[in-house]
Amino acid sequence: MTTHRYLEDVTTLALDTDKCTGCGLCEAVCPHGVFEISNKKASLTDKDTCMECGACALNCPTKAVTVNAGVGCAAAFIYGWLTGGEAKCGCSTSA
Amino acid sequence: MAKECCSQTSTSTRLEPAPSKDGITKASTSLTTCDIFGAWKARWGIGRTNYTVEPGLYSIGSPDGESPVLVSANYKLTFDVLRKNLTELDCWLLILDTKGVNVWCAAGEGTFGTDELVNRIESVRLSDVISHRKLILPQLGAPGINAHEIAQRTGFSVTYGPVRAEDIQGYITAGCNATKEMRRVNFNFIDRLKLIPMELVPAMKMTLPIMGALLITNQFAKRPFGKADIAAYAGAILTGSVITPMLLPYIPGKAFSWKGWIAGLLGTVGILGKSKGFKKGNRLMSAGQLLLFPALSSYLALNFTGSTTYTSPSGVKKEMEIAMPLIIAAGIAGGIIMLGSYLFGRRSK
Repeated sequence: MTTHRYLEDVTTLALDTDKCTGCGLCEAVCPHGVFEISNKKASLTDKDTCMECGACALNCPTKAVTVNAGVGCAAAFIYGWLTGGEAKCGCSTSA
Repeated sequence: MAKECCSQTSTSTRLEPAPSKDGITKASTSLTTCDIFGAWKARWGIGRTNYTVEPGLYSIGSPDGESPVLVSANYKLTFDVLRKNLTELDCWLLILDTKGVNVWCAAGEGTFGTDELVNRIESVRLSDVISHRKLILPQLGAPGINAHEIAQRTGFSVTYGPVRAEDIQGYITAGCNATKEMRRVNFNFIDRLKLIPMELVPAMKMTLPIMGALLITNQFAKRPFGKADIAAYAGAILTGSVITPMLLPYIPGKAFSWKGWIAGLLGTVGILGKSKGFKKGNRLMSAGQLLLFPALSSYLALNFTGSTTYTSPSGVKKEMEIAMPLIIAAGIAGGIIMLGSYLFGRRSK
């Protein structure tokens, strides 16, 4: 199976291992297998596969995981630039 | 009822039968022809924003107080894919009001969110229907849900199930354990194929007025657009919105705009070469087309970032900061050259 790789060294994902309690939710919610739990601590395996969906950070009980979450969509950025507002995903809410 | 829903282009579809007194609707695990036709229409964008089911509590099979509760979105395409994969289960479906948007996008927008789940648990009086306090959520709902907050506010514990509905029965049979494979999002050829119509439809809508205008302006042009020019334009649309998404992992490079530009350049050179676009007298027009058409293809490919399952906003932003000025510059330069040749150039033989 072919795997997709996007730009490297851009993700805002960060993990503070000291705050991590090893609950494993980040590993469960990540759609790209970025986290791995061993010895009751999470670690980042392949950070460049992160798509910044924000599931890990929102579900982390101790805020050990942080990320600037958003949609990786060019149309959303264009919408944001044109309106001077936030990058907003518009496909599903308007025709 | 079935015939009625097929004949309507955009309306929410009520399920048969209507909710019983306790507000619970029985849902079938088999899809009708109408459901399948409805899914096809939604993929092509027809009545897509109104393709919904009523939020609330549904039953699959004959569930009791101990049966599992699956949480999902009220996009009918989502609801149908979910229920058709539950043939061997007796369970409850708690459908949130996501305004007819799929789980993952709604989670990103926050409509598949913590507040909506808390309110829905209360409004359907879930505590009265079931005796356990466990909810199974789709993994892709996690960007909108704070599992710890749900537990604090409602007493229900959130467990994240698999990414795909087809894995739910296996997940439950295994004691609510997801394999690594169940937790990964794919983006294979078929996944991409399903998204193509929604790339193509907007491009076509943009094309129609352009073609209409050209029919009129061609009368006054010194070097009117012919079949070869239209073929090159159509080629740019197709390479950007169909061919690049289809061949995504096989086109060299990582940036979508780059992939689209390369594909667009090859397509434009190929079509112009075949139609003798490089012969004397036509070279200025071809130069303009070589600037504009690959840029158009690049832009369309860039827009596919919104449909993928792996592009990060940081990555898209970085790519756009480099690509957008180039696309705009090439587009304007190409457009001016083409216009000049069109209005004042020589008629090609």
